[in-house]
Amino acid sequence: MSAGVVWIPALVALAVLVLPLVALVVRAPWGELGTVVAQASVVQALGLSLTTAAASTVISLLLGGPLALALGRTRSWPAVPRRLLRALVTVPLVLPPVVGGVALLLLLGRRGLIGSLLDAWFGITIPFTTAAVVIAQVFVSMPFLVLAVEGALGASDRRFEVAAATLGASRWTILRRVTLPLIWPGLSAGALLCFTRALGEFGATVTFAGSFPGITQTLPLATYLQLQTDPDAAIALALVLMAVSLVVLVSLRDRWIPGLAS
Amino acid sequence: MSARRPRYWALVAGLAAAALALAGCAAGSSGSGSGIDSASPSTEPKLSGTVTIFAAASLTEVFGEAKTIFEKQHPGVEVVLNFGGSSALAEQILSGAPADVFAAASPATMTTVADGGAAAGAPTTFATNTLEIAVPKDNPGKVTKLADFADASRTIAICAPEVPCGAAAVKVFQSAGITAAPDTLEQDVKGVLTKVSLGEADAGLVYRTDVLTAGAAVKGIPFDEAADAVNDYPIAVLKDAPSPDAAKAFVDWVLSDAGQKLLAKAGFGAA
Repeated sequence: MSAGVVWIPALVALAVLVLPLVALVVRAPWGELGTVVAQASVVQALGLSLTTAAASTVISLLLGGPLALALGRTRSWPAVPRRLLRALVTVPLVLPPVVGGVALLLLLGRRGLIGSLLDAWFGITIPFTTAAVVIAQVFVSMPFLVLAVEGALGASDRRFEVAAATLGASRWTILRRVTLPLIWPGLSAGALLCFTRALGEFGATVTFAGSFPGITQTLPLATYLQLQTDPDAAIALALVLMAVSLVVLVSLRDRWIPGLAS
Repeated sequence: MSARRPRYWALVAGLAAAALALAGCAAGSSGSGSGIDSASPSTEPKLSGTVTIFAAASLTEVFGEAKTIFEKQHPGVEVVLNFGGSSALAEQILSGAPADVFAAASPATMTTVADGGAAAGAPTTFATNTLEIAVPKDNPGKVTKLADFADASRTIAICAPEVPCGAAAVKVFQSAGITAAPDTLEQDVKGVLTKVSLGEADAGLVYRTDVLTAGAAVKGIPFDEAADAVNDYPIAVLKDAPSPDAAKAFVDWVLSDAGQKLLAKAGFGAA
């Protein structure tokens, strides 16, 4: 096989992914970048983005990890319910985020299936709160974690777990000492994807949580709003978001995923 | 977009069939009745091709109807509509999007396009829009007047001041001397409408036309201060229009009596 068979499409793929970002960097108002980024409103939006995305990632790990483990145990199930279950987990990935936001409103909004009960019984309303931002982010980003962990589980050799069990290890010990180390690359890659997807989340957030500075206006929302009046400032904000994502990806990838580091 | 294609072609086919039928009728009764459909293809230089209209999202319904009527009058012309936020559309036009006509929801966005040298000739104001209070149909917050927007215990949705509907909201609150207590500053007027129609917000400020398109789920409450923030809608043929003749014909139709009547029916004010 000639090297061109791989390299040419690979270069095209790289160009498709990278060139739009290059254009962004070229168009960036480097002179005023400092002043834009130092604005209190920008710092506030970035802080909100980082904390909500971190919270969503932790929640996704605590809930999505076990879900992936449970999905891994459905391999003995008949094909139809097993595939249906996996498809359901994947739906938020293919759903337009705005539709996801509407779905969340219909469930957790003041008039929603569960939201109306929360309002009536406890006086709790979720939309327009920071909690709503986190819920929207979990909804769109947790599937990344579940799929990554489930993929790692599928690829791992289950005989190690069987061996550990025959040697008398408890289920908890097996999970902690055998299963988790086996799936660690998938788990950490999934958590990273989950975090960066949550960081960039726009549609579900703006629909379900609204947009208010300091409470629900994350950096992507602030960026889109800036685009209406000051495209240059919007590009500066986009660069900030891109830089944060890159730093997170590069620094954590080598540290947390030794198997994938070069 | 892609989901619309089949319907779009069905519409074109249907219109073509309708045009043939009309042509047959006209041939049968030639000589008399020239008053009907005065803009018939035979009297004007025959237009053909595709004319692409970039229009503000608030024009979605009314320009959809305009397309149907215009294509019936000019059987050779296909009207392609692209709706979006005025600012985003302006950015697309300045980046070289192949559009023939730009219909904006604010003079400021049209100015951006004109200053960028992308408009052919001066823009014309073709419609106006005024703000109305929108409440869910059962009005859970018992909102009756603009002053109710100052009440922090109510859930209030308005547009962000950066977008036209938000700038208009700021203006009416100023002239009414009210400090609003919003819970969300939405990116566009449809965002406000969604929150109100789903009952998540007790009240929002939207345009009169939005209340009409929202149907039964939303009730509109007019208020006096809205007169201080009437929004002008400018329209212009673009300099690099691929079909300048059809573009001009479309703009002329929007400005004609028939076009203005259609806009009035949708809740727009006269220019």
